[in-house]
Amino acid sequence: MATQLQSLGQPPSKPAADDCAVALRDVGRVFDQRAGVPLRALGDVSLSVARGELLAIVGPSGCGKTTLLELICGLQQPQEGSVASEPAALMPQRDLLLPWLDALDNAALALRIAHVARGEARRRAALLFAELGLAGFEHAAPDELSGGMRQRVAFVRTLLSGKPVLCLDEPLSALDAITRAELQGWLERALAREPRPTRPSRTVVLVTHDVEEAIVLADRVLVLSPRPGRVVAELDVALERPRVRTDEGVVALRERALALLAGARSDDA
Amino acid sequence: MRRLLAPLVLVLALLGAWELYADLGSTSPYVLPAPHAIAAALWDNAGLLAANLGPTAEEVALGIALALALGFAFAVLVHFSPPLRHALYPLAVGSQAIPIAVIAPLLVYWWGFGVLPKLVVIVLVCFFPVLVTTVDGLHAADRERIKLLRTLDATRWQAFRFAELPEALPAALSGARIALAVGVIGAYIAESQTATSGVHAGLGHEINADLTALQTPRAYAAALVLFALAIACFYALSLAERTLAPWATRQRGETP
Repeated sequence: MATQLQSLGQPPSKPAADDCAVALRDVGRVFDQRAGVPLRALGDVSLSVARGELLAIVGPSGCGKTTLLELICGLQQPQEGSVASEPAALMPQRDLLLPWLDALDNAALALRIAHVARGEARRRAALLFAELGLAGFEHAAPDELSGGMRQRVAFVRTLLSGKPVLCLDEPLSALDAITRAELQGWLERALAREPRPTRPSRTVVLVTHDVEEAIVLADRVLVLSPRPGRVVAELDVALERPRVRTDEGVVALRERALALLAGARSDDA
Repeated sequence: MRRLLAPLVLVLALLGAWELYADLGSTSPYVLPAPHAIAAALWDNAGLLAANLGPTAEEVALGIALALALGFAFAVLVHFSPPLRHALYPLAVGSQAIPIAVIAPLLVYWWGFGVLPKLVVIVLVCFFPVLVTTVDGLHAADRERIKLLRTLDATRWQAFRFAELPEALPAALSGARIALAVGVIGAYIAESQTATSGVHAGLGHEINADLTALQTPRAYAAALVLFALAIACFYALSLAERTLAPWATRQRGETP
């Protein structure tokens, strides 16, 4: 994944447009099963993410959302179609903090891997700790942190990878409802610290099964069908920020997205 | 203090039963000396036993250190090279079945009456548990963590250093504890099988000499010293574990 742009499977294709950070074309993925017919996880997914855009992908379990992110990050190769992406960092569903490192060393992992000296790496991570409400927990072991804090440390680790694309795989799904609502506000602020049009630096692909979360956070929402995952709808979220779950616009969009999801499911049946 | 109570009661009860059984005279004191006779032998021969403890403790410490280093190094090699794993594993298993008596003359022929042949015996006995537990520990490392490190552009070596190695450490230390427990008996076997020059040849040697001379209480006293040595080594390693892999102790709750 060290390469800048990867284009695999088909003859090299550059990203769909110049302002495009991620472009997938007709991507399919089939898993061999131990017994029986091969399992098709993804069927003909095409999508592109503009530089600086926050795209949310929602869909029921088993629609291949994680596979999509792993394709973008280069952890999997597409069997069909092509994937082109700027370097992407993955924040996995499980925080995967390393228990033998303290919170700050965990957050600074990408810097250590890039051969930044430990002291300097910790110093840079500590700056983000202060911003993200983790000050005072620098030396804590991962198992001494709450679930919400662990997610934030994992998020800092992803940020410090320095990659222009962040892939967030259900970053809040393991949390209780209250922590989750808190962290949504925090995530929104962390991702959108500057006004959007002037902030083309970070591209974010957020995968979630929570439709409201997608609408509250994203610029655009893609709805995937159940297995095999296909894009069944695209919603532009042209709502004022910051948004909350009870906003009229959010509620209306949620109803539409849920209807689309239900439709996709019944088509499938 | 309360943690010491249960083992203390158990030991006292066992000693009491033993004393009664021996005093009732159903066995010969040459076969099973009573605890008070062993205690007396321990007291009377303290100097002799201490002098013999020296070489044995040296063999155990060096032998186990060597076994740990070799077992660990081979485990890492095997982990990085599956062909090597297929080649080495059967040999490692087979090495456990070698009766030491068969190769003892060769070891003495090569290395004489010094400490070296004894170290080889101890390594042969202790190397295996370290190898197996470390290989399994490395192999059981969380694949998801390694995947994550790959997304952060970690090299194979960095994935090993940041994820696999620390993750395998508790397993390796478990192997080390097994090695310690068998290392002391390994030293006894080594001393029994390879001759030694010198006045104080070690506790194993002393035990064998005492048994031949029907000095059974002294043999038991020497065995008691070996027993204490094994326990001391075991707890020393538990301490090391708390320093080397504190996260493992935290997750498990407590060390034994």
